[in-house]
Amino acid sequence: MADVTITVDGKKITAPAGALLIDVCRKAGIEIPAFCYYPGLSLQAACRMCVVRQEKVPKLQTACTTTVAEGQVFFTETDEIKQARKATLQLLLGNHPLDCPVCDAGGECELQDMTFKYGAGESLYAEAKNHRDEQQWSPAVFYDRPRCILCYRCVRMCGEGMDVWALGVQNRGSSAVIAPNAGNELHCEECGMCIDVCPVGALTSGSYRYKTRPWEMNHVATVCAHCGDGCKVTLGVRQSSEGAKIIRADNRDKSGMNGDFLCAKGRFGFDFVDSEKRLAKPMIRNAQGKLETATWEQAIRVAAEKLSAVKSASGGEAIGVIGSNFATNEEAYLLQKFARTVLGTNNIDHARTADYARFAKALAGKPGRSAGIQDAAWAPAILLVGGDPTEEHPLLAWNLRTNARLSKARIYIANTQSIRLERQAKATLKVDDYAKLGEMLAGKGNAFAEAVKGEEKLLVILNGDVQGAALDALLKWGLDREGVQFALLGGAVNSRGAADMGLLPDSLPGYVPVNEPGAFANEYANAPKKPGMALHEMLQKKLGALIVQGTDPLGELGVDGGSLKDTFVVVLGAFESATTAVANVVLPASTLYEKTGTITNNFGDVQLAQKAADRANVKPDFEIIVRLAGAMGVDVRTLVPFGKHGLTADLGQSRGAQAGEADRHAVWLAANNLEPKLSPFDPMALLDEIERLVAGYKLDRLNLFAGNPAKAEPGFVPVSALAGSGTIQRATAGLFTTPGLSQYSTQLAELAEHESPAKAVAAD
Amino acid sequence: MNLEELNQIADAVRAENGKYDYAVNVCQGTGCLAQHADQIQAAIGASAAAAGKNVQVRRVGCLGFCAAGPLAQLEPEGHLLKGLSVARADEVVSSLGGSPPPGLQCELSELVEKQVQVVLENSGKIDPEKIDEYIERDGYQGLVKALTELRPVDVVQQITESGLRGRGGGGYPTGLKWGMVAKAAPGQKYVICNGDEGDPGAFMDRSVLESDPQRVIEGMAIAAYAVGASKGYIYVRAEYPLAVSRLTSGLREARRRGFLGNNICGTPFDFDIEIRIGAGAFVCGEETALIASIEGLRGVPRVRPPYPASAGLWGKPTLINNVETFANVPPILRKGGAWFAKVGTAKSKGTKVFALSGKIRNTALIEVPMGITLREIVEGIGGGVPEGHSFKAVQTGGPSGGCIPAELMDIEVSYESLIQAGSMMGSGGMIVMDDSSCMVNVAKFFMEFCMTESCGKCIPCRAGTVQMFELLAKICEGRATMDDLDLLIDLCSTVKEASLCGLGQTAPNPVLSTLRYFKQEYIEHIQNKRCPAGVCTIKHEEVPA
Ligand SMILES: Cc1cc2nc3c(=O)[nH]c(=O)nc-3n(C[C@H](O)[C@H](O)[C@H](O)COP(=O)(O)O)c2cc1C
Ligand code: SF4
Ligand code: SF4
Ligand code: SF4
Ligand code: FES
Repeated sequence: MADVTITVDGKKITAPAGALLIDVCRKAGIEIPAFCYYPGLSLQAACRMCVVRQEKVPKLQTACTTTVAEGQVFFTETDEIKQARKATLQLLLGNHPLDCPVCDAGGECELQDMTFKYGAGESLYAEAKNHRDEQQWSPAVFYDRPRCILCYRCVRMCGEGMDVWALGVQNRGSSAVIAPNAGNELHCEECGMCIDVCPVGALTSGSYRYKTRPWEMNHVATVCAHCGDGCKVTLGVRQSSEGAKIIRADNRDKSGMNGDFLCAKGRFGFDFVDSEKRLAKPMIRNAQGKLETATWEQAIRVAAEKLSAVKSASGGEAIGVIGSNFATNEEAYLLQKFARTVLGTNNIDHARTADYARFAKALAGKPGRSAGIQDAAWAPAILLVGGDPTEEHPLLAWNLRTNARLSKARIYIANTQSIRLERQAKATLKVDDYAKLGEMLAGKGNAFAEAVKGEEKLLVILNGDVQGAALDALLKWGLDREGVQFALLGGAVNSRGAADMGLLPDSLPGYVPVNEPGAFANEYANAPKKPGMALHEMLQKKLGALIVQGTDPLGELGVDGGSLKDTFVVVLGAFESATTAVANVVLPASTLYEKTGTITNNFGDVQLAQKAADRANVKPDFEIIVRLAGAMGVDVRTLVPFGKHGLTADLGQSRGAQAGEADRHAVWLAANNLEPKLSPFDPMALLDEIERLVAGYKLDRLNLFAGNPAKAEPGFVPVSALAGSGTIQRATAGLFTTPGLSQYSTQLAELAEHESPAKAVAAD
Repeated sequence: MNLEELNQIADAVRAENGKYDYAVNVCQGTGCLAQHADQIQAAIGASAAAAGKNVQVRRVGCLGFCAAGPLAQLEPEGHLLKGLSVARADEVVSSLGGSPPPGLQCELSELVEKQVQVVLENSGKIDPEKIDEYIERDGYQGLVKALTELRPVDVVQQITESGLRGRGGGGYPTGLKWGMVAKAAPGQKYVICNGDEGDPGAFMDRSVLESDPQRVIEGMAIAAYAVGASKGYIYVRAEYPLAVSRLTSGLREARRRGFLGNNICGTPFDFDIEIRIGAGAFVCGEETALIASIEGLRGVPRVRPPYPASAGLWGKPTLINNVETFANVPPILRKGGAWFAKVGTAKSKGTKVFALSGKIRNTALIEVPMGITLREIVEGIGGGVPEGHSFKAVQTGGPSGGCIPAELMDIEVSYESLIQAGSMMGSGGMIVMDDSSCMVNVAKFFMEFCMTESCGKCIPCRAGTVQMFELLAKICEGRATMDDLDLLIDLCSTVKEASLCGLGQTAPNPVLSTLRYFKQEYIEHIQNKRCPAGVCTIKHEEVPA
């Protein structure tokens, strides 16, 4: 659109023709109050707070619906306008309970802010405050009618934004209320987006209600611990006797790549940190075969001695290492480096959920072919193959919906089942085998294929269950065409990072083959060159020792613990599990919300996870691995090059809940090229090495520390050969479950129960 | 269908009518039907057969004098009978050819004299369910002429020339609106007829739909041709079941005669109409709310622009006009825009239908030329206020309008002068008040209506109408102070200026206009705790013993 120049309060502003005045003003730093306007949702013009005066127009105009055109002149802060806004606020307050002191939104309330600004504090209309009891709509959502100002943000967010349409308006006039369409209860995705957009305290969160006041919390921005989309989430943390406790999770500053969005898992699934199954103390299996608590020193020593013994007796091949989808990149990198250089084994794997190695191999040497998750919100056309993003990748689904709604993106869906996103699709194709899809797309005569091929720019999103030859064929089809970008969806928060960091028996970090280690030949001097065992093999081959970090392979894969009877099992983990039940040494570890490091999402966006909560007696995996290595007599400097070279920031690991400050501190240090003091337990000390050795991980640190995604495009070194062995599990996620941490969240369990088919009335 | 075929149909009807010596036209409008007009019609038929008289007993639409019903008109003499009953059927039949039975005749004189019938020209004259009777009275000539002789732009031109303005209340020039829709990007377009008629006491549109549905259908078809629409909707409130059933059969008849459907009158023009029934919320008469309601959504207004003319129903260019507006269209096409413009004032052309009610002798549905004075309506047609009372004011425009005091009785009825007087044309309610009406109470009545009918979407209207009503109630009950009156005045301007749709923007009008002319009555209530008209019950403060 052509640019036009308008005058607002005497200031000339240039903006694209047809843009909304409210957006134009806000961009130019001119504040326009608004309750009903919400960017991206349909226009209401209902609250009348945004009124402005336009020259030569008789009535006051609403800035939220006025589109700008050349030469217009507006006034936004005259006495007349202030008076109109004040009058509207007074009308609102005439029916508002004014219970700010006990309201959850107190301190974060847009009505409070505006009342203060326009001095509408005194209530002119004392008469008609119709009281109603607060209603509970679901475990997650409560509605307090008198506080509701009827801005309809919640209704529109649920309908237009989420495509769930569970909320509506009932009655009319001053008896109008917001109500679930299904009756007295809300049956929906329980994402809590309605609570998030509510400008006042009318919708409150079941998990947060009356727990604290906003200003009594510290707010720590980190990465959601659940699916692999990597939403930025802000954890509200309060100091308690046991450390720092997470009170709520939300999307406070909307600055993450998820924009407005968080799903139920991100918003309510933070309480896994307080699960009853948390491991509290290190444990060692005693002579009677019972696990008994021990000190950290004892537990580390026992583990280190046994590992050293197995290694000297049977060599590194007798030891296996299983990493996880839930650790940071630094931890994953350190774990495999420890395995390869200290233990001397390539028996390293994790529960793979997508064939990232194959993906990287195909894309190697072809820059610009891998997409970021925000591309899904902007791309003009998308081909979505497999999976059900609405449940498994909620942010991706949100981006696709938003894109279809606001930018008219054309979405093509090929799937074996029917999925909700079809409602936004331009065309859908039922397939029974993804293996035939590549060929079908390349061929002629199929209307779906022709439509897809008609797209000049196409984002191809492949679910993790598109594997092997099917994956190869689709990648080849797309790579043969110009303007096609790809993403491959893994199952959990750092599935992509785990693979990128080399938690694979045949690949070093960056998918460098172990038998052609290239630059790693010098760095990992003694590392074995023969590919090691994959996950299932390690569990069956009766190894001398097995290290399991952050995962429960026995439980998840349903493997009988008996096969590990003669294996010395060391578990680094946060929760009791089938695997800890057979462990010889159990080392209680921090969860993702209790540590700092980088996380790579499905699309290769790298973000910073920051320590929010604190828990006595548990340690981050990073520290545990360093301590183990130390106890095995290794100079830890060879593992973690701390202190001297090229180390540019401190991630605030040691500062815990004050990480907000650390964040700024780190940005400042990086900007000034300064080196802080580091300890070997600081994962940041490894970031330089990762950046140096892992292809595609040249990160924009300023962005990273500022809480923005810093893109990674691994696999851009020529990869000559990959064994590609190992099974890839289909990771099935639901609205309230992503394999891994969600199973330890009580709140998610309650939501799942509330929405279980037996309870839910037909909500559609 | 061409003009010749239309004439053939008309001739056949005339031949049929000519077979009878007499005709008894029994009104079968909602009002008369409620008093068993159908049974009366049957009784008259039976009685005529028994008496061996050659009488055509017909069902017709509203005869206009509803309060005196059940009504019937006798032909060829033209006597209008009132207060009919089954018991008096024989008397009616035996009186045919002579003077009507005692006590049944209506005195018409002025009631009829000052009226000019364009919209109601067929009302009470034809059987609303017989399309051929409509054709006999020149029906569908306008459409045939438009389709066969005029280009769409010429049709718009005729409407523009006629000076016709929207009868739904706002008075927007109809030709201008048609032109905008006609010029909107080609593609799917819609025509909507607004038959929601929510003003309390108004029943003009209902009467037209019940008495002469074909006229509205023809008007819509002409409009559709002019603007390039292929689909129409008539939105009727559910409280009008008779209108719905007459329309339903009317649409069927029109299709049968080929005035709806594909290739209408042998031209490439395709058009059809569907009925949509509204649940009877006042705000659903507002065009954007009505559109939302047709779309199956909650009937609440949307922001304009975009206006329906550019993005209306399902986002497509949409022409929306009132029932009466469409009803004016066929004669304009038939006789030309210039003919229509001969009646009326400089800026308000044609006639207007009013539902005259309140403290008046002749409660009636009337059609008067624009430019007639209020006095001529009230004192002439209406016969003045009841004996022993003095005329005080007339309320027009319903809840959006205002009260015009006796001093201004000589202003003419036109869009401009009514607005100038602090009221508006509205859709045609006209309530007469005499010295037994309390103006504060009247304002309170309309405010209560707006409060309960506010959709609740925007804050000023939702909360403002409640507060204004509370303040008015306080004044009526003698509990208010002069500060409350100031607050009321402030609120009026906030709500008027800041509300989203016409309902809220005009809700303060009844208060503002009564304050303008009858402020003293407010002050009496407040300062002297007294209702001059003796209507309000003053609540005296309980003094603790
Ligand atoms: C609250 C409100 C109620 C309305 N009700 C009606 C109605 O019942 N009938 C009607 O024709 N127009 C009604 N209107 C006016 C319509 O919005 C619209 O202007 C009209 O249908 C246009 O037709 P016209 O140009 O033929 O008058 C109403 C407007 C408002 C603001
Ligand atoms: S509940 Fe909140 S978001 Fe929803 S309408 Fe009320 S104030 Fe707005
Ligand atoms: S589970 Fe996925 S989509 Fe949901 S908040 Fe977490 S990262 Fe975002
Ligand atoms: S002015 Fe009244 S009726 Fe109109 S949108 Fe606002 S609340 Fe609804
Ligand atoms: S923000 Fe414009 S009316 Fe609410």
